Amino acid sequence: MQRVKFTINGKEVEVPVGSTILQAAEMVGIDIPRLCYDPDLSPLGACRLCVVEVKGNRLLPASCVTPVTEGMEVQTESPAVIEARKTILELLIANHPLDCMTCDKMGDCRLADYCYRYNVKESPFTGDQHDYAIDDSNPFIIRDLNKCILCGACVRACEEMTGQDNLSYLYRGFDRKATTAADVPYIESDCVFCGQCVAVCPTGALIEKSMSGQARRWDIDKVRTTCPFCGTGCNFDLAVKDGKVIGVLSAEDAPVNGRMLCVKGRFGWDFIYNERRLTTPLIKKNGQFVEASWDEAYDLIAEKLNGIKDQYGPDSFAALSSARCTNEENYLVQKFTRAHMGTNNVDHCART
Amino acid sequence: MTNPISEITDETELMLLIGTNATEAHPIIGYKMRQAARRGAKMIVCDPRRIDLVDEADYWLQLKPGTDIPLLNGLMHIIIKEGLEDKNFVAERTENYEALKETVQNYPPEYVSELTGISVEDLYAVARLYANTDKAMIFYTLGITEHICGTRNVMSIANLAMLTGHLGRPGTGVCPMRGQNNVQGACDMGALPNVYPGYQAVTNDEIRQKFEQSWGVSLPAKVGLKIPEMFEAAHEGKVKAMYILGENPVLTDPNSNHIRAALEKLDFLVVQELFLSETAEYADVILPAASFAECNGTFTNTERRVQRVRQAIEPIPGQANWQTICQMSTKLGYPMEYEHPSDIWNEMASLTPSMAGINYQRLENSSLQWPCPTEDHPGTPYLHKGKFTRGLGLFQPSDHIPAGEMPDKEYPFLLSTGRILFHYNVTTPYSEGIASVWDKEMAEIHPEDAEKLGLVTGQQVKIQSRRGEVISAVKVTDRVQPGMVWMSFHYAATPTNALTSDALDPVTGTGEYKVCAVRIEKIPEVAHA
Repeated sequence: MQRVKFTINGKEVEVPVGSTILQAAEMVGIDIPRLCYDPDLSPLGACRLCVVEVKGNRLLPASCVTPVTEGMEVQTESPAVIEARKTILELLIANHPLDCMTCDKMGDCRLADYCYRYNVKESPFTGDQHDYAIDDSNPFIIRDLNKCILCGACVRACEEMTGQDNLSYLYRGFDRKATTAADVPYIESDCVFCGQCVAVCPTGALIEKSMSGQARRWDIDKVRTTCPFCGTGCNFDLAVKDGKVIGVLSAEDAPVNGRMLCVKGRFGWDFIYNERRLTTPLIKKNGQFVEASWDEAYDLIAEKLNGIKDQYGPDSFAALSSARCTNEENYLVQKFTRAHMGTNNVDHCART
Repeated sequence: MTNPISEITDETELMLLIGTNATEAHPIIGYKMRQAARRGAKMIVCDPRRIDLVDEADYWLQLKPGTDIPLLNGLMHIIIKEGLEDKNFVAERTENYEALKETVQNYPPEYVSELTGISVEDLYAVARLYANTDKAMIFYTLGITEHICGTRNVMSIANLAMLTGHLGRPGTGVCPMRGQNNVQGACDMGALPNVYPGYQAVTNDEIRQKFEQSWGVSLPAKVGLKIPEMFEAAHEGKVKAMYILGENPVLTDPNSNHIRAALEKLDFLVVQELFLSETAEYADVILPAASFAECNGTFTNTERRVQRVRQAIEPIPGQANWQTICQMSTKLGYPMEYEHPSDIWNEMASLTPSMAGINYQRLENSSLQWPCPTEDHPGTPYLHKGKFTRGLGLFQPSDHIPAGEMPDKEYPFLLSTGRILFHYNVTTPYSEGIASVWDKEMAEIHPEDAEKLGLVTGQQVKIQSRRGEVISAVKVTDRVQPGMVWMSFHYAATPTNALTSDALDPVTGTGEYKVCAVRIEKIPEVAHA
């Protein structure tokens, strides 16, 4: 691969030809702030927060869309750059609710992170503020466009990840909005509720409804696991607070799916808390199920299964194992069937 | 899948989809297919229904249900006639080519067009495109296998891929997308009547002795019963007792009234389940099960990738499923003692050469695709490089096998079934959010038929087959062909499988969920005064 040499913050480095300044900076461990840039999406260069100073260029180019050239000299935190970033952040928060103390995204909000980094507390700019109604139309996603910074990550995720093309920009100027066709609530749109838009949103504009009011982001334990629905094998993190699952979060290093999930994987997990879950063994007595202890259940199973095996032979027993259960559980079921019951009558729904 | 999912976006130049509705049944794979099509890869969709991916496709072959073999034979006929086959691949890596040639000779495009409903022009175009593209992948799902001729359908797909040399390289291959999260793993673990873990035959003396030694018992050499045979044997009184873990055949197996009757006849039924399912209702003892969030273990996905499942919360019934199975077995007189699911995995791996190199340490921060015979083996992303498992690839030509039951005067509609995006089999109806939005069956019916029957979207109908009847709402849509009705099987209130046919593939015992005959009757609405 061809490489190109340039200087960043006074340090000479070599990166592959075609790298943007932002990518090159990442390669050498320099963190350039970014809001609209997302490694999984096409570059947009819209938020301008990633601007840098390039010697000989009187403008401050956006590093996410500017390729490195031979001999380029880049400063990522020069006074001019810092001043520009502060102004951008001040403009952004001029029309952004500063209700961070109750915002569900606090702790995982890049806008707040950068305001902290550049000590932007309030905005000198005054003017109109949006007063959009919150889209609470569906069971999965809360959409508060008052918190939208128009980075367009949701629009690109809908188009480039899922390919659903359900989101785009509507209106002009101050009224510009990243929204559905005809600006209808999600539930009335062509949304398939994959939640990719939520996964890429850098602010609190799009959040998981199940997690709202449940936990500060830093109090959430993440448990990496594999989706229990189809055979694709998506990985995600179960968000756990106080021993309870409150949601699903994308895991960018998931081998098969990256941050992509579908409606079932991201939002279908709540079957685990359905009130109809069975919690104790049940034994049928006179046609009615009666709660029993584990030992009572095992004793009855032992008596009946061993009795039937003794009376009618091993092949009078059959087991159905499960394509929804783990490998380990399946191994045990076939081992039990073969080793104890003495029959190969074991199957599962692969064929049905 | 012979090849990994990542090659959809990274490698392939053409995707041929046959009997697979990926954006709904395997959404992430479907989304990746869309991405690939939009970056310029060609897409051919063969499906009787106008599935979402038709919008991305270069060709949509809207075949009549149950005519996959004539279609595939027709494509091979053209490829051979025009000399587009991969002559080197056929010569070096396959056998029985002459027999294939002889069979597909009888499928000229005009005849195939008549059988399938696809234009001669499209048959030529698709045959040339597939054969002339260097890296082409074929994807199929239950639209291929859930037929009386499912095995023959699959063989015909393999014939097409071998004929054109589309195997054993990145970006090529035959990719069946497995249904459930761990259907691959359940097979791999030997939850099958003929094999131990790793597809080691129970009839092989040497292998059986290996398991006998490890498990400390003598083991039966006779192949066991497949699911449909189990229920048949229960009917006949030969199978007296069953243990069912995490399956709900009453909703998911074909001709479900027959299944119900079989369960009734059992002397004793143990069901281990999350919910009091329709199947659990028949149990004598129910053991409460733990969900995926409550268990440690592994799942194996459709590309043979073994990945960790991690316990996030305490098991709601108080213990994990593996513990319940071990306690039950121990109580019955066969002790099973493990400290952790990793011990179970290790025991399995020690007996299974194709997975011997996989362990929980290696899975901690990554995943591995089997075959993975040793601990320093990186896993196997794609199969059949340079050589097939059996040596030479065997062409197994097939003639057209019509569906077991076709529409007639009495039952004039063809019913086909499948999954929808928002549900997964019979678990998601227990998700409050999902069930609140997608709460009932909406049987798809073509506008022409709807007009004849006087139906509009949302209206209730009675759908009857020779085996049963259900009530459903309808959705009027041109996604289906005239004469066809399409339903999912997710809803307990509309148990679609009361209708489906238990005509079985003779090899796999898979039911013909994709084709049966039904009639539709409008339910008169109650008149309001």
